[in-house]
Amino acid sequence: MSLDTDTVRKIAVLARIKIEDKKLSPLADELNNIIGWVEQLSEVDTDGVAPMTSVAEMTMPSREDVITDGDCEDRVLANAPDKVAPYFTVPKVVE
Amino acid sequence: MTNPNELTIAKARDALVAGDLKSTELTQSCLDAMSGARNLNAFITETPELALERAGQSDARRAKGESRGALEGIPVAVKDLYCTEGVLTTAASHILDGFVPEYESTVTENLRNAGSVMTGKTNLDEFAMGSANVTSHYGPVKNPWKLDDGKDRVPGGSSGGSAAAVAANLSLAAIGTDTGGSIRQPASFCGIVGMKPTYGRCSRWGTVAFASSLDQAGPMTKTVRDAAIMLQGMAGHDKKDSTSAPMMVPDFEAAITGDIRGMKIGIPKEYRIDGSPAEIDTIWQKGADMFRDAGAEIVDITLPHTKYALPTYYIVAPAEASSNLARYDGVRYGLRVDGDSLDEMYENTRAEGFGDEVKRRVLIGAYVLSAGYYDAYYVKAQQVRSRIAEDFKKAFEQVDCILTPTAPSTAFAIGEKMDDPIAMYMNDVFTVPASMAGLPCISVPGGLGDDGLPLGLHLITKPFDEETLFRAGDVLETQADFTAKPTDVGGGE
Repeated sequence: MSLDTDTVRKIAVLARIKIEDKKLSPLADELNNIIGWVEQLSEVDTDGVAPMTSVAEMTMPSREDVITDGDCEDRVLANAPDKVAPYFTVPKVVE
Repeated sequence: MTNPNELTIAKARDALVAGDLKSTELTQSCLDAMSGARNLNAFITETPELALERAGQSDARRAKGESRGALEGIPVAVKDLYCTEGVLTTAASHILDGFVPEYESTVTENLRNAGSVMTGKTNLDEFAMGSANVTSHYGPVKNPWKLDDGKDRVPGGSSGGSAAAVAANLSLAAIGTDTGGSIRQPASFCGIVGMKPTYGRCSRWGTVAFASSLDQAGPMTKTVRDAAIMLQGMAGHDKKDSTSAPMMVPDFEAAITGDIRGMKIGIPKEYRIDGSPAEIDTIWQKGADMFRDAGAEIVDITLPHTKYALPTYYIVAPAEASSNLARYDGVRYGLRVDGDSLDEMYENTRAEGFGDEVKRRVLIGAYVLSAGYYDAYYVKAQQVRSRIAEDFKKAFEQVDCILTPTAPSTAFAIGEKMDDPIAMYMNDVFTVPASMAGLPCISVPGGLGDDGLPLGLHLITKPFDEETLFRAGDVLETQADFTAKPTDVGGGE
């Protein structure tokens, strides 16, 4: 499997990273090098092997479904690059 | 007399307890060393006022007989990946410009509650992605170890600033984080001790996430005993991290007995890699001899899937990173670059805010998780990961501890391996396999390579058996008797 520039453009959109057109081709080469290298994993026989889902052999704990904090609007918004208190702002989404 | 900043934690503790030293003096001595060694670029943010305030509080507690234990009044440098309340936290990324957390990570809070004194936030590879501390938005860190060729060498990474700070005596100890070797490899490059505990031993809450199934906090220190003292202050169950282990934390320092007679040390043949420099084999052989001399039994073992660990890592870690780094969107914190639409704002912010290596990994991650490729890459990698973990499990039926080299070379010059990501990834070839299985490991200085730069030896034990790790590590340290010192520890203004 190898990545062409269209695939790189597609994953860049998925990852929300703007890539200039002239950089797509060198980037595709770089990513292909890495993907080509990881493909050696196909040599490993993994028939019937369960994929690892948890590093530690433990069951995820669950907690009671209750509110544990709140009333800290100022702290939540403290680092916002742009805010109209008490809201985060974004460019207009609905036309 | 030794300057206070040159002390180990254990010695400083004794001096503080005896009343021969005050935390304020000790802290000031580290702050002076830190400001005198800015050429190393080990710190992103220095916090001298905060440090002296906390040192003063520590002295006051001690005077009232309210000492909190071994870490009371001990200066510690903190990798700038831990969120620290009221102190700039950058992850060495442009995208976290100006981010001042409103909360404290559990590990740094634990250390603070144990009485330790934070002196500053250390430099690292951007989002901990790198093995040479060259991807930092704040510039590379220089290794305090120099040769007479005049070249600046990398300290390793990603916890390069923490490693350089400890090696140059800018702090008694530091904390790092380790995803695939980010504590152990820089420890090897800088001639210090670096320890990654079992996954789950330390809480990940409040630590900027890279790859959540691998990330683990750990100490970087001058001695194995100091690492045990530090881990004691860092570890413990935390309800805020559901993967943190609900287990008692044993007395790690008490595990250091100096006696490993009868201990079985495994030597995995797959770690002998083609084209590896002879000095790596030599140091490894010396390590085995040291253990034999101390009364351990050396056992040849096999870890058949070793060579697949690194490629597996480069699927799993980028996949998790692409998901974790989705939060940097220019809305809630950090850098924002405007655009005409919401999507354009995201794309512009992330294009400008992330460096090349971070972008590379986020894109690889997005690719291996995307529809049509998920089974071929991500599921396959998690299956191989099960195989790797199984290899270790079988090995630990035979041995108590596994000995390997830490890194495939000594520290290289800044600028080398920059054009070839895979050559850079190879730095972690010996540290990644144990990370994939979540096992505790330690790198201890083993000696010098042919070029006169330090080389570490790497030990791995069973999950939650840090006690054996410290016991064996301490014996190795005694046997290796590593006394060489780096030449650039600052001192100039």
